[in-house]
Amino acid sequence: MAEALVEAEPVAVDAAAPVIDLQGAGKTYRTGSLEFEALKDVDLRIEEGEYVAVMGPSGSGKSTLMNLLGCLDTLTVGSYRLAGEDVNELDEVELAAIRNRRIGFVFQQFHLLPSLSAWRNVELPLLYGHVPAADRRARAEAALERVGLADKFANRPGEMSGGQQQRVAVARALVGEPALLLADEPTGNLDSASTKDVLALLDELHAQGRTIVLITHELEVAEHARRVVRVLDGRIQSDTVSSRHANSARSAGAAGAAGAAGGRAPAGAPGSMQAGAR
Amino acid sequence: MSWTETLRTGLAAIRAHSLRSTLTVLGILIGIAAVILTVGLGLGTQKDVSEQISSLGSDLLIVTPGSSTSSEGTRGGFGTRATLTRSDAEALASEVNAPDVAGVAPEKSSQLSLETSETNWTTTVVGTTADWPSVRARTLASGEFFTDEDEATGAAVVVLGSSTATELFGSTDVVGQTVTMSDLTFTVVGVLADAGADSSTDLDDLAVIPLSTASDQVIGGRDRNALTTVYVQAASTDQLSAAYQEVESLLLNLHGITSADSADFTINSQDALVSTATAVYRTLTVLLTGIAALSLLVGGIGVMNIMLVSVTERTREIGLRKALGAPPWAIRRQFLIEASVLGLAGGVLGAVLGILGARVLPDLLGTSIVVSGLAVVGSLVVAVGIGLVFGVYPATRAARLAPIDALRSE
Ligand SMILES: Nc1ncnc2c1ncn2[C@@H]1O[C@H](COP(=O)(O)OP(=O)(O)O)[C@@H](O)[C@H]1O
Ligand SMILES: [Mg+2]
Repeated sequence: MAEALVEAEPVAVDAAAPVIDLQGAGKTYRTGSLEFEALKDVDLRIEEGEYVAVMGPSGSGKSTLMNLLGCLDTLTVGSYRLAGEDVNELDEVELAAIRNRRIGFVFQQFHLLPSLSAWRNVELPLLYGHVPAADRRARAEAALERVGLADKFANRPGEMSGGQQQRVAVARALVGEPALLLADEPTGNLDSASTKDVLALLDELHAQGRTIVLITHELEVAEHARRVVRVLDGRIQSDTVSSRHANSARSAGAAGAAGAAGGRAPAGAPGSMQAGAR
Repeated sequence: MSWTETLRTGLAAIRAHSLRSTLTVLGILIGIAAVILTVGLGLGTQKDVSEQISSLGSDLLIVTPGSSTSSEGTRGGFGTRATLTRSDAEALASEVNAPDVAGVAPEKSSQLSLETSETNWTTTVVGTTADWPSVRARTLASGEFFTDEDEATGAAVVVLGSSTATELFGSTDVVGQTVTMSDLTFTVVGVLADAGADSSTDLDDLAVIPLSTASDQVIGGRDRNALTTVYVQAASTDQLSAAYQEVESLLLNLHGITSADSADFTINSQDALVSTATAVYRTLTVLLTGIAALSLLVGGIGVMNIMLVSVTERTREIGLRKALGAPPWAIRRQFLIEASVLGLAGGVLGAVLGILGARVLPDLLGTSIVVSGLAVVGSLVVAVGIGLVFGVYPATRAARLAPIDALRSE
C-alpha cells in the first residue's frame, strides 16, 4: 500500500509538509478474540491553517480517527506523518512531547480534573512542557481571558456550567500554542448558547491561523468548517467544501476536494489526498 | 516536570481525596504505633525483670542445700543429714580457701511468731552473721546492725524490716523496744531501710537475729547447724566465676564428694537468673512482635486496597495527563510521590503516637515500654514500602496504557 511512498519521501521534519498526512491508515480493535475494523484504508491530508470538519453517524469511526490524529492511539496499518514526522517511528516519550507541543485537544466530556482550579487545569500542558512556573500562571490567565473566563480563574470545574467547562478545556488546548487543534464533538454536551460560544471561539482561532479538526455529527456545527470530510463505516465517504463556504473556498486542498464532492476519497486531487493503492 | 512540581501535584491529589488519604494514613499509623508499643512492651518487661533481678546484686552467689542437677530429686536430703552447715559457711569465709570471696552471709530462716505486749505478727526470722547487710546490700533506716560479738555470744537482739516494725509497733521508730519470740525477749537494735518487693517475697517483712541465737535458742530444728541458704559475695563482678569455682570445689571437698554431678548443694548466680528470665521474656517479645507485624500486615492489605482503588479510579486522570503530554515517567513519579507521602505521613505519625504512648502508658500500666530504634525504623520502612509497592505498581501499569485506553476507562 503506502509503504513505498513513505520510504521514498525524506523522513526529516519539513515546515512545508502538511500538518496531517495519513496514508492507507487502518485501525482494528481487538476485544478478546473479536476483531473490529473501525477504520479502513483512510488517506487524509490536511494543510496548515485548514479548518476541517469530520462528519458521520455515531459509530462510523470519527473518534477513532481523531485519536489516531492526536497520537492518542496507534495505527494498525498505514502511515501517519504529523508535520512531516513519521509517528510510527516515535517512542512513548517522543509521542508525549509531540502531543504536548503540537496538539491541543478538546473532548466531548471536557476531561477537566475536578480537584484542580480552572487555571491549574489550563496550565497542565505547560507543566509537562517544562515552562517555568511564573510564565505558566501568566499564560494560563491569558488563555482563560481569551475564552472569556478571566473571572473563573480560581473556580473548580464543579462550580462552572458545561459551556464554561468546555471553554476552560479550549483554553487548555490553546495555552501551549499548538499548531493543531483537535476537537471531538466539543459541543455534544452543550446547550445551544454554549455551542455558539465554543464554535465562535474555534472560528476565531482558525482566523488566527490555527489548523483545526472538528469532529461532529451535526451539519450545523460542521458548516463552521471550510472543508467537510464525511466518514461512514470506517471509510472516508466524501471530502467537500462546506456549502456555506463553497463560494469562498480558501485552500487548494479544499478546492480540489470540492471538485470530487460526493465521491469516494478522490484520487490525485493536488495537495490534498494520496490515492489509495486499491 | 520537576520534583517540586511533582510534589505539588501529588500533595494536591492527596488533598483532593482527603477521606481516602486520611484512611490510608490511619491504617499505616495504627499498624506502626501497634508495632512500636507491643515490641516496646515486650522489651520493657524484659528490662524490668532483669533489673529487678540484678538489683539483688550481680556479684552474688546463692548456695542452697540439695541438688537441682539430679533428675532423681534432691540428693543428700533435708530429712537425713544437713548438707549445708555453719562450718561450710565459715570455710567459705576464709580468705585462704576462697580468695575471690569478699563476704559470706549464712542464713537459717523460719516462719515464727513475734509478740509484743499489744499484738503478734508471724514473719520470716533470719539468723545470720554481722556481714549480712553488706552481702545482701541492705542498709539501716535507724539503729545499728548487730555485731560479731553479739553473734559470738548469742545475744538476744533483733533487726526488723520496716513492714514488720510497722505491723508490731505501728511505727518504724522502734529501736530499744522489745519483742518476744520462742519465749525469748529480744531488744530491737535497728530497723532496715526499704528494699521494696521482688516478685515473690516482701523484702521488708522480716526479722534478722544473730545466727548462734537462731540455731541455739530460737529455730534449732533437727540439725541446729543446718543452714537454709548461704549468700556468697564475690570480690567483684569479674571475679564471680572464680568465686563460683572456689565455692564449688571447697564444698565438694568438705562434703567428700568427688564429682560435681553428685553435689548435694546448688549454687545459683544472679547472672543465671537474669539470663533465664531474659530468655523467657525474649520469647515473649518475639511473640508480641509477631502479633504486631501481623497487625501491620493487615493494615498494609487495607492500604493496598485503598491504593489500588485509587489508581484504578484515576486511570482517566492518567489518560488525560498523558494526552496533554505527560511521559510515562512523569506519571510514575507523581504516584511515587503520592504513595511515599502517604506512607511516610502514616509512618511518622504512627511513630510519634507510638513514642508518646510509650511515655504515657507505663504510668497507667505500671510496666516499662522500651522504644526500640529497630522497631521504629523497621516499621517506617515497611510503611513506605507498602505505599510504594501498592501505589506505584498499579500506577506504573496505568502509565503504560495507550492514552486513549486510559482516557476511555470508567
Ligand atoms: N476500544 C474499542 N474497542 C473495540 N471497539 C471499539 C473501540 N472503540 C471504538 N470501537 C468501535 O469502533 C467503531 C467506531 O467507534 P468511534 O470511532 O468511537 O465512532 P464515532 O466516534 O464515530 O461514534 C464503533 O463501532 C465502536 O464500537
Ligand atoms: Mg465519537
